[in-house]
Amino acid sequence: MNDSVNDLVRRVSEPPDDEVRPHLSGSGYRHLRRSVVLATATVALVPLYIMTGVNLYQYRKVMRNEMIQPISRLTLNAKKSLEYFLEARRSALNFIVEDRTFSELCNRDELKRIMTNMNRSHSVGALVDLGLINSSGEQLCYAGPFELEGKNYSDQDWFFEVERHGTYTSDVFLGFRNLPHLVIATRRQVGERDFYILRATIDAEMLSEQLRTAGLLPGDDVFLINHRGILQSPSRRYGEVLTPISLPVPHYSPGVEVFELADEQGEDVVVAAAFIEDSPYVLIYLKKARDAMAHWSTLRNELLGFLAVSTALILGVILWGARQFVNNMREAARRRAALLHEVEYSNKLASIGRLAAGVAHEINNPLAIINEKAGLLEDLITLDKNFPNRDKFLGIVHSVLESVKRCRTITHRLLGFAKHMDLQNETIHLPSLLEEVLGFLGKEAEYRDLHIDLEAADDLPTIESDRGQLQQVFLNIINNAFAAVDDGGHIDIALASPQSGLVTVTIEDDGVGISKDHLERIFEPFFSTKKGAGTGLGLSITYGIVKKLGGEIHVKSEVGLGSQFTVILPVQRKG
Amino acid sequence: MEPTRVLFVDDEHDLVSAVVERLEIRGFAAEGVTSGSEALERIESGSFDVVVADVKMPGLDGLQLARILGQRHPKIRIILLSGHGSSEDVEEGRRLGVVDYLQKPIDIETLVELLSRTTKGGL
Repeated sequence: MNDSVNDLVRRVSEPPDDEVRPHLSGSGYRHLRRSVVLATATVALVPLYIMTGVNLYQYRKVMRNEMIQPISRLTLNAKKSLEYFLEARRSALNFIVEDRTFSELCNRDELKRIMTNMNRSHSVGALVDLGLINSSGEQLCYAGPFELEGKNYSDQDWFFEVERHGTYTSDVFLGFRNLPHLVIATRRQVGERDFYILRATIDAEMLSEQLRTAGLLPGDDVFLINHRGILQSPSRRYGEVLTPISLPVPHYSPGVEVFELADEQGEDVVVAAAFIEDSPYVLIYLKKARDAMAHWSTLRNELLGFLAVSTALILGVILWGARQFVNNMREAARRRAALLHEVEYSNKLASIGRLAAGVAHEINNPLAIINEKAGLLEDLITLDKNFPNRDKFLGIVHSVLESVKRCRTITHRLLGFAKHMDLQNETIHLPSLLEEVLGFLGKEAEYRDLHIDLEAADDLPTIESDRGQLQQVFLNIINNAFAAVDDGGHIDIALASPQSGLVTVTIEDDGVGISKDHLERIFEPFFSTKKGAGTGLGLSITYGIVKKLGGEIHVKSEVGLGSQFTVILPVQRKG
Repeated sequence: MEPTRVLFVDDEHDLVSAVVERLEIRGFAAEGVTSGSEALERIESGSFDVVVADVKMPGLDGLQLARILGQRHPKIRIILLSGHGSSEDVEEGRRLGVVDYLQKPIDIETLVELLSRTTKGGL
């Protein structure tokens, strides 16, 4: 019967497992935290990154303009000065060829005099030689350091160009003298067909001189190329005059063009290019981008550094915040689950209480009848000395009465469990109370050679509580400890007041311990591990009493090592 | 010395007859009835020292009986039997002058001892 009642009660009273668990598992909270971190980080960081990107772009644009401006201005200055240099000499030659007659010019001394005069002037000087060439290309007259009279130029490029255009400035070339030089020549038409040419040569070195004096920044590479990409002045980067360079020749533009490109080493360079008017020259100003944009890279590094620090800070705060947030949620869920569990448990106790009371009460009446009838039988047999098989019948009746007694123990416990506890309030000195309780068990402890140690903190306060109920509580727990330990085992009872207003009683044994499964159910009614020997109500009643007294009861245990019950009681009972 | 006169009241006839007989064996002048109203009638027609009554009975229950007896026959001592003594019942019983409570199933020796003490005027 006991078993079937237990089964019934268990089925009625056990809560479905999922109700006491928090809604989210550990991985659920991890997922939630990830989502929170991701969402917050996106909202916080994306605008920051976009802003930084836009800023970088804008700054770069501004800084590039600032970098280009001086390069552009310097290149323009150099272009002007070169153009002036060439134009002044062209004009002088034009003037001379128009001013003097052929016979005047075709006179070596006169030519020499003209050249000397020109070289005296800074603005038209720096001529190496001067010559007069007829329409067949033959140099008729020559003033200069080389022996070039009688040379025929009819197959040279510059000669064709002058014939065609009237005035011409040549590339730098080696010519008969085998020295880099350039030619400025102008044509004088004689009649319909005939003409003659006044030609001056200038040392190519003079072009470099012009570039040097144009005020270009030291450290940069400035040089001239012709339209075919051949150096017309020496370059730091590309070498000596007349070397072809790998840089593409820019398209014609009247002003200064600035562009960036990667050189043959893959390094970025800033190039400013300007075409020199009325000449085959292109002025190139070349600067390493790294140098040109030195300020820019400092600024960019500062911005990126700021971005990195901000990102780290924001992520740190977000991670910390998300952790706090999720932990708070988890804690709240845990508390809620615990509360639910407790409510569930109280309800369970209450309904089992009602059920138990009903069952006990119904059984009590027939039990009382059995008790009295069997008792009467015992009385009658005892009175009749001649009752046949007297002892045998007395034995039978006795065992009936013993069984009734056992039943009564069960029904009384059930009723006691269900009974509304009417609590008394007395001042209780806990060590004395525990000694009283141990007094009940003294004999057993002696027989079994159990070592019981009771220790109380010096500052232990007396408490206001119900003496009878507390005795019941400690009797139950210590009884269980007795059952758990082997003969010769230890039970340590410690009383302390860990914080004002509370007293703890810790009862520790070195017995068999309680398995994890059992530990969870230990305070449930009808849960017993003492196969058939217990009602399974002891600890459940204990739990109920401790709760009624405003206290708490905790249990820790490890199989094979022992168990520890801690009862926490308030010094003043509330309510 | 006159034997103590006991009236046992319980709605279970089998219980009443057995208890009465056992009390008689132990030298009490015991009678039994199976309801509160019967008990009242019996008390009016004869005199008793102690009434032992079940708390839970159909009709007039133990506490009501105690209340009436308290008014009409204050000299009669009352012992109540209960399946489970709820604290409210105990409290009310005390107020009505109930001597003691016994829980069912009763132990006859406990009852006998209680009856003896009661009539000696100890309680």
